[in-house]
Amino acid sequence: MTAGLPLTPEDVAEIVAILDRTPYERFEIGLSHYKLSVSRSGSGWVQSWEWPERTEDSTPAAASDRFTPAATLPPADGENLHVVLAPLPGTFYRAPQPGAPPFVEVGDRVGMETVIGIIETMKLMSPVHAGITGIVVAILVDNAGAVDAQAALIRIQPDGP
Amino acid sequence: MIHRLFIANRGEIALRVIRTARRLGMTTILGASAADLTSLPTCLADEVVGIGPAPSSTSYLSIDNIVAAARQARADALHPGYGFLSENAAFAQALGIAGIRFTGPDVVSLQAMGDKLMARRIGAEAGLPVVPGGEAADREAVHRRAADTGYPLLLKAVAGGGGRGMKKVERPGDLDHQIDLAMAEARAAFGDPRIYVERFIGHGRHVEVQVLSDGQRAIHLGTRDCSIQRRFQKLVEEAPAPGLPAAVHDALTAAAVRLARHLHYRGAGTVEFLVDCDGFEFYFLEMNARIQVEHPVTEAITGIDLVEQQLLVAEGQPLGITQDHVKCSGHAIEVRINAEDWRRDFRPCPGRVSRACWPAGPGIRVDTHIARGSVVPPYYDSLLGKVIVAGSNRSETVARLGEALECLDIQGVQTTAGLQRRIAADPRFLAGGVDTRFFEGMGHD
Repeated sequence: MTAGLPLTPEDVAEIVAILDRTPYERFEIGLSHYKLSVSRSGSGWVQSWEWPERTEDSTPAAASDRFTPAATLPPADGENLHVVLAPLPGTFYRAPQPGAPPFVEVGDRVGMETVIGIIETMKLMSPVHAGITGIVVAILVDNAGAVDAQAALIRIQPDGP
Repeated sequence: MIHRLFIANRGEIALRVIRTARRLGMTTILGASAADLTSLPTCLADEVVGIGPAPSSTSYLSIDNIVAAARQARADALHPGYGFLSENAAFAQALGIAGIRFTGPDVVSLQAMGDKLMARRIGAEAGLPVVPGGEAADREAVHRRAADTGYPLLLKAVAGGGGRGMKKVERPGDLDHQIDLAMAEARAAFGDPRIYVERFIGHGRHVEVQVLSDGQRAIHLGTRDCSIQRRFQKLVEEAPAPGLPAAVHDALTAAAVRLARHLHYRGAGTVEFLVDCDGFEFYFLEMNARIQVEHPVTEAITGIDLVEQQLLVAEGQPLGITQDHVKCSGHAIEVRINAEDWRRDFRPCPGRVSRACWPAGPGIRVDTHIARGSVVPPYYDSLLGKVIVAGSNRSETVARLGEALECLDIQGVQTTAGLQRRIAADPRFLAGGVDTRFFEGMGHD
C-alpha cells in the first residue's frame, strides 16, 4: 500500500558520507509517505524519520495506546479500604498459570508479602504483593485483563482499627 | 518461487524482512495485532492483515489466527522473524498442511532444537560437548537435579530462548520461589512451562556460530560474541568473537557445521556455545533455528544478506555460496536500545516516543521501527532498535560505537542508551573478550 520503501540504512550512510564533506548542517527529504531529516550532532550525524499514521483500515478498537478497561475505578471509596495498584502497565494474571487456582479470592486473608497476582509487561513477570494485612473484599480486574500503570487491581479490608 | 510472503512478526525484524523480500520481488503481507495496526511496518508492507487482539497469546502466538490470516491472504510462504512462533514445530506443521512454505528448518529440526533437552541429547549425539545438568519434570525432580549440579545453578525453559524463563539460583532456599517464576515466565513466553537444570559456569563467554544450510551442504559464517547480558538477555553483540585462538575458532565453527549436517538442517541457524575463559574449553548450549536479533553483525563482516539466504533456501534452492565464498573482514558491534529504565532494575517503559534521533553515517546501520510519535505497547518485547557499527578492526569499531551513541537521542520513554554509552567506554569492553559476568562488575550509578 506504499509507493516503494524508504531509503535503506546503506543509503542513509552514503548520504551522510557525502554531506560530511560539505558545510551543510541539515538535510531533509520529504516524500508523500515519509520524511527523513539528517543533521549534524557534535562530531557526528543523526537521522530522524517521520511517517504518516496508517489509518485507512485501522478499526476503532485498534487505538494502540489505549489499554484500560474496567481498571481505572476510583481507588478510594471512603470505607478505609486498601487498594492494590498495578505497578506497571501490562496484562494482569490472577493465577500463576492457566487453569491453576487464582492467587487470591474474595474473602481470603492476605499479609504484606502475599502475592495477589502477576503483571506481565514486555514479557517480564512482576509479582504484585498485597502490601497490607487484611481480607480481600473485591477483585477489580479479570484474569488476563489489560491494565494501565496505577490501575486498581484489588481491594483489601485492612485488619485492626 | 515465493510470490506472496506473509510476515508473522512485528517491530524492527518485520521491517527488516520486508526490505529484503521486496528487493527479491516478493509481495509482503504483514500480520499485525490490534496494538500494531498503526506501526511503521504496517505502513511499509504491501498488505496488512489483522491477526487478533493485542496480547501476544491471542495474536503473534496464535497458530490458528496466523495460519487463517496467511491462507486468507493467499500467501505462499511465511517468515516468522525471531521469538513468537519462529521455532514452533506445531506452527510449521500447520503451515505445511495449509500449503504455505515456512521460512525456517523442517519440523524435525524444530522439534530436535526447540526442546532444549532434546537439543542437548542430539548435540551430544553429534559429538558436541554439553554442560552438566538435565531435565526435571516437576518440583521434586528439580530438587534432585539441583542436589547433583550444586549451586549456583540455572533453571531454563525447555521451550526457551532469549533468556525468558531462565533463572539463576544462588542457594537452596531460593529454589522453590525461582521454580515458580521460571515456570510462569516460560508459560507466558512459550506456552510451555517445563524447565531443566544446568550447572552455572561462572567464568564463561557466550560465543555463537552462524550456520547456513540447504539440507545437503552446511557452511558457517564465523563467530559472534554475546557475552554482555543482563538477566540472560543480550545487550551487546559483536562479530567476530574477539581474542579467540585460531584453533578454538576452527573447533567451534567445525562443531557447529557438524551439528547442522547431523540435522540435515535447512536455512539459517545459530549454534550457541559457552566458552570457558580459562583454557577455552567449550560446551554446546543450544541451536536457535531462526534468524537472530544480532544477525546484522554477521552481515556486516561477510556482506551476506542472511534473510535473503533464508528465503532462497525456503524456495528450495541449493545454497549459492560455498565456504570459500565466505570472507570475514573487519569488525562489527551491535547494541540493543530497549525501552527500559536501566537505572531502576531495567523496569520496562512502554509509552509514546516524542523524539527519535538515531545515529547516521558511514559504517553505521540502524534497524528500528521507532520514529517520532511511535507507540511502544506494553504487550511485547522492549526492543526499540539496534545500532550496528562496523569498521576495519575492533578498536576503530569501538570508537565509532562511542561516537554513534553520543548522537543517539530518544525521548518519551526511558531507554538503555545511557547504559550502552557506559559499556562502550568501559576499559574491559575496550580491551575485548569479556565474560558473562561483565555486567555484575559494572557500577550501576
